[in-house]
Amino acid sequence: MSKLTMIEALNLALKQEMEKDDMVVVLGEDVAVDGGVFRVTDGLLEAFGEKRVIDTPLAESAIVGASIGMAACGLKPVCEIQFSGFSYMTIHQLENHAARLRGRSCGRFHVPLVLRTPYGAGVRALEHHSESKEIYYAHTPGLKMVIPSSPRNARALLVSAIRDPDPVIFYESKANYRAFREEVPDEEESQPIGKAEVVREGKDLTVISYGAMLRRSLEAASQLEQEDGVSAEVIDLLTLSPMDDACFCDSLEKTGRVVVVHEAHRSFGAGAEIIARLMENSLLYLEAPVGRATGFDCTVPLYAREQAYLPGVDRIVRICRETLSF
Amino acid sequence: MPKEALDPGIDLHKLSILNESGEVDKDLEPDLSDERLLRMHRAMVWGRQFDERMLKLQRGGRMGTFAPIKGQEASQIGAVSALEDEDWFVPSFRETAAEIWRGKKPEDILLVYAGYNEGGAIPEGVNNFPVTIPVGTQTLSAAGIAYAVQYQEKPQVVMVFFGDGATSEGDFHEAMNFAGVFTLPLIFLCQNNQWAISVPLKKQTRSQTLAQKAVAYGIPGIQVDGNDVLAVYAAAKEAADRARENEGPTLIECVTYRMSLHTTADDPSRYRTEEEVEAWEKKDPISRFQTYLMGKDILSEADLDSMNEEIKQEIEDAEKKWKEKTEDLTDPLVMFDYQYDTLPPYLKRQREELEEETSG
Repeated sequence: MSKLTMIEALNLALKQEMEKDDMVVVLGEDVAVDGGVFRVTDGLLEAFGEKRVIDTPLAESAIVGASIGMAACGLKPVCEIQFSGFSYMTIHQLENHAARLRGRSCGRFHVPLVLRTPYGAGVRALEHHSESKEIYYAHTPGLKMVIPSSPRNARALLVSAIRDPDPVIFYESKANYRAFREEVPDEEESQPIGKAEVVREGKDLTVISYGAMLRRSLEAASQLEQEDGVSAEVIDLLTLSPMDDACFCDSLEKTGRVVVVHEAHRSFGAGAEIIARLMENSLLYLEAPVGRATGFDCTVPLYAREQAYLPGVDRIVRICRETLSF
Repeated sequence: MPKEALDPGIDLHKLSILNESGEVDKDLEPDLSDERLLRMHRAMVWGRQFDERMLKLQRGGRMGTFAPIKGQEASQIGAVSALEDEDWFVPSFRETAAEIWRGKKPEDILLVYAGYNEGGAIPEGVNNFPVTIPVGTQTLSAAGIAYAVQYQEKPQVVMVFFGDGATSEGDFHEAMNFAGVFTLPLIFLCQNNQWAISVPLKKQTRSQTLAQKAVAYGIPGIQVDGNDVLAVYAAAKEAADRARENEGPTLIECVTYRMSLHTTADDPSRYRTEEEVEAWEKKDPISRFQTYLMGKDILSEADLDSMNEEIKQEIEDAEKKWKEKTEDLTDPLVMFDYQYDTLPPYLKRQREELEEETSG
């Protein structure tokens, strides 16, 4: 066990998977000599050489498009898009090819690539460096969408993503990259994609969140306990697609009330899908409308105002109280 | 501080071996056996006849939209005949003749255009990529395949097809650049058929040629007469040999003409003249190749007649197989196959929903 940041934990996952499997290659802008602008790929070039740790030209569509060809032809590419705000030029490659090659070729080809990219607000960055557009990917059949929340689950999920036979979009929260350390086992560890986790048990209310907003949700839960005597259950979704609806439907059936927390825009966000599944599966257990503590439906403002955009602990607590008092 | 001329170190050439009248340049004539030449000719005629038949099937409402190849047979067969079986073929959507050369069954092509995903199946071990419709995107798939082939030290090269319109797409430029930087074994095969639906080449680019776009990426580019199957073959063979020797990618511009429609949903009379089409008909790739083969005394009018009959019969057989296959493909639940390696729970539920809906 070592206490690692999320960056160090991701680095450990890459290093161990590359040691195990020669077909794993890493590619992207500045990933080799520089070790990635956030240092997630630090030291990989020295360990595995330039054929496996590839500084590509500055061309996002090429990074993903070439990864698709590599993946279809036996490699397991882990590509990095430096910031998720620059990933939109790759969506046509993901939608048209990564997500469809298995179907188009009736199973002859499949695309075991991982697209890692830092997302989210809260690090005082420039424009285009603060968005959360996970829904673009979660809405696309054929892709999987994973968003870890801590060093340990980031490492374990990245290992699973690399081994997954289908394309996985792996969103890494910049706000969590160096925010805290966590014990991460030195030996191999993976955890299944498509499984949510109850990270705090409770009986009065269920808070569902993921990524950087998970810690805020946990803080809100503690505050509700201290100030209101409310016992809130908190669920870490971890995978957006395929979504583990059984986990949160079970929780609703216990608590009767739900609040969804995400930093992505509210309309058509993950919350909307979660609410739809709660309604479909467990409507009669609902004692109040499901609350949504989310980013607003406006472009993420520059950093002087980004905290006002993000759902803070106060916003989460307020919406939980509205749901509880309905 | 003088202003000096720069030399990008790349020469551009145009290659033509068999002219419009079927006369051959003896110095450039590639060394191909009679058997191979006749096989190439047959594949071109097969492609033309199949194209004509598919157009009838589409017009008769028995098949959906497709992209006819008429006029581009030499570009396609010249190029793929320079590949080895284990090489990789990455098509766009107008390469029917090339696909069949690479082993695609015509009944499966019919199946796709009649709306059945099953026609897209590719047997294990056959290194063909499926048809790609979004223009230019497949050039990057090909770059990735070429990287994988090189990484795995396999003696294979990759050939990717695209049209003149694709050279305006960012992906084409990203793929050329990527292939150049990593010295990939990749042949960029552009079928410049002069029209991207209704937009002519001169509105696609200010460049005098498409071949010269290679210069910017530091890789060889060559323009060939795309209606001259010998020239296309020679250029493709040279590019494949270079790629196999780890000397990197090549851009080949085949100057050809789409004699027919963009797709069956297109009406070319809205944007081009009959005179233009007639002028290109005089440059027909098949008739000049036939003149050449007859001049070599390896093909006669009688051979042509019997071959045409044989092909007609083979196409009829393919149609029969297509119809037989279609009869077995009534199950809509197959839409859930091949979405993921393992169907996740929510998709299992949706599959059950459709199953109930369709069981009546």
